[in-house]
Amino acid sequence: MKYEVVIGLEVHAQLATNTKIFCGCSTRFGSEPNTQVCPVCLGLPGSLPVLNNQVVEFAIKMGLATDSQITRLNKFARKNYFYPDLPKGYQISQFEEPICEHGYVDIHVDDQHKRIGITRIHMEEDAGKSVHDEGYVNKDETLIDLNRCGVPLIEIVSEPDIRSAKEAAAYLTKIRQLVRYLGICDGNMEEGSLRCDANISLRPFGQKEFGTKTELKNMNSIRNVERAIEYEIKRQTYILEDGEKVIQETLLWDPVKNEARPMRSKEESHDYRYFPDPDLVPVKISQEWLDNIHNALPELPDVKSKRFTEEYSLPEYDAEVLTASRDIADYFETTAKSVKNSKLVSNWVMGEVMRLLNQQKTEIDHIGISPARLSDLLNAIDQNVISGSAAKTVFEKLAESDLSVAEIIEQKGLKQVSDSGALDSWIDQVIAENRPQVERYKNGETKLLGFFVGSIMKASKGKADPKLTNELLRKKLSEL
Amino acid sequence: MSVTIQDLEKIANLARLKLNEEEKSKFLGQLNQILEYVEKLNEINTDGIEPLSHSLDLVNVLRKDIEQASLDRNKALENAPKKNDAFFRVPKVVTK
Repeated sequence: MKYEVVIGLEVHAQLATNTKIFCGCSTRFGSEPNTQVCPVCLGLPGSLPVLNNQVVEFAIKMGLATDSQITRLNKFARKNYFYPDLPKGYQISQFEEPICEHGYVDIHVDDQHKRIGITRIHMEEDAGKSVHDEGYVNKDETLIDLNRCGVPLIEIVSEPDIRSAKEAAAYLTKIRQLVRYLGICDGNMEEGSLRCDANISLRPFGQKEFGTKTELKNMNSIRNVERAIEYEIKRQTYILEDGEKVIQETLLWDPVKNEARPMRSKEESHDYRYFPDPDLVPVKISQEWLDNIHNALPELPDVKSKRFTEEYSLPEYDAEVLTASRDIADYFETTAKSVKNSKLVSNWVMGEVMRLLNQQKTEIDHIGISPARLSDLLNAIDQNVISGSAAKTVFEKLAESDLSVAEIIEQKGLKQVSDSGALDSWIDQVIAENRPQVERYKNGETKLLGFFVGSIMKASKGKADPKLTNELLRKKLSEL
Repeated sequence: MSVTIQDLEKIANLARLKLNEEEKSKFLGQLNQILEYVEKLNEINTDGIEPLSHSLDLVNVLRKDIEQASLDRNKALENAPKKNDAFFRVPKVVTK
């Protein structure tokens, strides 16, 4: 039997605030353990939480970016459970009426556009960190670092609209893109600033009721989310095909062994006994406050992508690649402002610039090639000053020196040669050196033309004007 | 509505309290007394009244996102029954 896959994702995003959600302690990552704590986040008796204004604004930004309804009167609730990384014995979260509800994002998978609903987005605090596996921890002990305790989170809960591992990856990529565009979270999954849990169940096609679900945790990259879900879909399919029943449980993904293992099921029977937190007064969002946040929103990726296809006449594919991150989109746009041929800019940013970024593992404003320098280079190609292959040489040099495009062209003697006398001599040389190929060409092997052009470009050290060379070469060969 | 012995045991377990039989019957009586007392509130007609979310008539007590000094680490760890020079130490938490 074929089964329909039903997936819902819960994404936790650590907000990029300076301070924690209810106290003024720093949220800096990687500091010495227990140096960013105070009576509030340690849960000491008599301390009182005061909400960070920025957390509310960041949560609303995400709500607006996902077309959610914004709740005007917000309350906080206590979620009660015992765990050593939670010193108060409860997590302050939102329960009824989260700050955002009924939103959505659009994803693009295999040439299909699809809308994934967002049930809710709520504000809450993170817990501390437990250290077990390091060599310096005693065998029968766990060490607790409370620096992360009280760092603000938003939890984004999707509708069970996702139907494959690929769609889950696309949804998560979209969420990460949005939080980065909005500047509310750095989106780093390896460091845990973006975390994802997946609820997965299978049901026969046509059945309305959901099957029994399992929850997958501990996937610290988008790739791992995709793999873990694929694994779990297979596992549940085998169980159902054997006529067995899926057990509702939480599974931990092991990225090394590529398998999911059940967590102890004893921990499962939670009863959080939510109730309103009497230490925090409600937060009222006025129309004016909402309008101010709305007006300060950056242009969002879907809108930007559409504008790129219209304003720069780019294919949808190019526009999506270029707008994947705001930095790259800005870089493209600044460059394209001073180059006539936008597609040329797109090709170079998607090609050479991204290659350089991957190679240097750096951010776009740290490569040695500013938009101004790239536009000089691309204009040189566009105006036939240098050939495309010579431009690659200039590009390499630009990345590693402060020389200008003109200086590099001059220094390396890369200026394109369109003088037919010089071109003639390179063409003659190549013809003379490759007599057997010329014979084969004359006998109908016309695809050898590329070989000749390549050889001429080589002989000219990339300086020969390719278009003119092509013309002259064809003419000469036909006259032989 | 009254609290049963099963309710009491569940609540005690969630609160990580270990009660002996004597305590159980004592607290069962007390809890039921409290509930009975609070039951009186049901006599009031609350039709059309918004549920109260806070006893103070205040909203938007907010703080600017500006860093303030944290505690000195020795101070932060001072009350912990078990610690080393950087961490709180607790009995092993089993995750696998």
